[in-house]
Amino acid sequence: MGYKGKFKVWRGDASGGDLNDFEVEVNEGEVVLDVIHRLQATQAPDMACRWNCKAGKCGSCSAEINGKPRLMCMTRMSTFEEGETVTVTPLRTFPVIKDLVTDVGFNYTKAREVKSFTPPADLKPGEYRMQQIDVERSQEFRKCIECYLCQNTCHAVRDHEENKENFAGPRYLMRVAELDMHPLDTADRKKAAQEEHGLGYCNITKCCTEVCPEHIRITDNALIPLKERVVDKKYDPLVWLGSKIRRRSSTDA
Amino acid sequence: MATDTIAPGPEAPAPLSPARAKIEQKTLRTDRWWLSPLLTLLVLVAFIFYATFRAFEDAYYYADGLISPFYSPCLSTKCVPDSSLGGFTPFGDWAKVSPALLILIFPLGFRMTCYYYRKAYYRAFWQSPPACAVAEPHGKYTGETRFPLILNNAHRYFFYVGLIFNVILTWDGILAFRNAQGEWGHMSLGTLVLLANATLLWLYSLSCHSCRHAIGGRLKHFSKHPLRYKSWTLVSKLNHKHMLFAWISLFGVALADAYVALVSHGTFSNPTFF
Ligand code: SF4
Ligand code: SF4
Ligand code: FES
Ligand code: FES
Repeated sequence: MGYKGKFKVWRGDASGGDLNDFEVEVNEGEVVLDVIHRLQATQAPDMACRWNCKAGKCGSCSAEINGKPRLMCMTRMSTFEEGETVTVTPLRTFPVIKDLVTDVGFNYTKAREVKSFTPPADLKPGEYRMQQIDVERSQEFRKCIECYLCQNTCHAVRDHEENKENFAGPRYLMRVAELDMHPLDTADRKKAAQEEHGLGYCNITKCCTEVCPEHIRITDNALIPLKERVVDKKYDPLVWLGSKIRRRSSTDA
Repeated sequence: MATDTIAPGPEAPAPLSPARAKIEQKTLRTDRWWLSPLLTLLVLVAFIFYATFRAFEDAYYYADGLISPFYSPCLSTKCVPDSSLGGFTPFGDWAKVSPALLILIFPLGFRMTCYYYRKAYYRAFWQSPPACAVAEPHGKYTGETRFPLILNNAHRYFFYVGLIFNVILTWDGILAFRNAQGEWGHMSLGTLVLLANATLLWLYSLSCHSCRHAIGGRLKHFSKHPLRYKSWTLVSKLNHKHMLFAWISLFGVALADAYVALVSHGTFSNPTFF
């Protein structure tokens, strides 16, 4: 059942590189990561790739396959024609270290910039009480495996290196949304979302949602709701007036 | 692998490096990624041409008790007899332009600021991005951080005004239970057309992201607001299909208008059921 598949794999490092042609055996049931491993075992022992679980759960094997950002371990070879050349390149948005391995440090930087969970000062750990329906929205976001495919695909940074400084990217705006929806979080996330994490750079074109291997509806369930929350806080005179009259932020309800 | 457990480390954040893999091609996608933005572009351009022509035409918008959604509410005295809402014409006779132009800014603004249409036109018209992982042709990008695109944050106001329009257009559908002589208790294909149009507009509005937010999304404690939580759950279900409703309600408006135009031209006689 096996066949000789045609591959182009980007090889190189920060100083340069190009697409290398390979012909390699492909067997039934295999995924792209299997083929990359076979290349390492038979033709290119020094080819660099990152992986861990081969089960779509560690988020290590992100790459771009025929131009689409995907997990190598979750991309079945059966989705390609036998005669089709399959092109594998590293993520484009992050600095390349070697071959298919990139430096995803940008994402750690952005993760640190989000203020951590801030419960009310008088509430001690162990005293947190909340109901399931109050946290179920955020549970969708907790499925994230931190593969950074969304961060890599978002055109705001993919096509504009200079925006990296001001834009947290979908993964971390989703984190801000998660905390803003958290029943026990007290920090002001809305102002921060717009002014520090660059929510305005997102133009809701949904590529993060399109590539997320966990099928998290990042744009619909995190980014747009966060935009609406920001409008409450920053741009809606009626909500502002209401909060003055009722002397509490109406979104805290 | 949740990063929220990572405390700020002692080391300074790594500087952002431009040392990306040097790949010349703007995209390596092999599928027909250009098809969807192209179709979006063609359909929206066709709609814009049709709507502009009809809005300026200033004729053929009322016939047999049916009013075109482009001209409702008809608010000036130059509206053809009986087409205004109970004779309510606040614009009097000083508004010389087509009555459609007095009101279309609202539905136009509603759709222009709609989260779905924003995605559609950013991709299809502005190519920002044309498709996922396809490089956009612009050197600079500020998204919705500044004027004019920051104005898209006003979407909720257009949503509220849109609700008023929905009520009026629903009423137009009810008025269409009269025959050409104005007698109640009749029904024609036109009645169905107007009611279908109004229904689609309601589905479009109720599935709106601002609606989802206002009805309950803005809350932190769903458990304290069981009714709003239920409504939010319902609206969320509709919201899932917002793109679909955005398109079919757009076609609905154009088709309802075309129907009234055909009847008004006499090209087609509105079949009456009873
Ligand atoms: S929806 Fe926003 S965050 Fe997601 S990819 Fe598009 S611009 Fe980036
Ligand atoms: S949100 Fe989805 S695409 Fe983004 S890092 Fe998490 S799992 Fe990956
Ligand atoms: S190897 Fe873990 S997600 Fe692919
Ligand atoms: S989001 Fe489309 S109408 Fe509000």
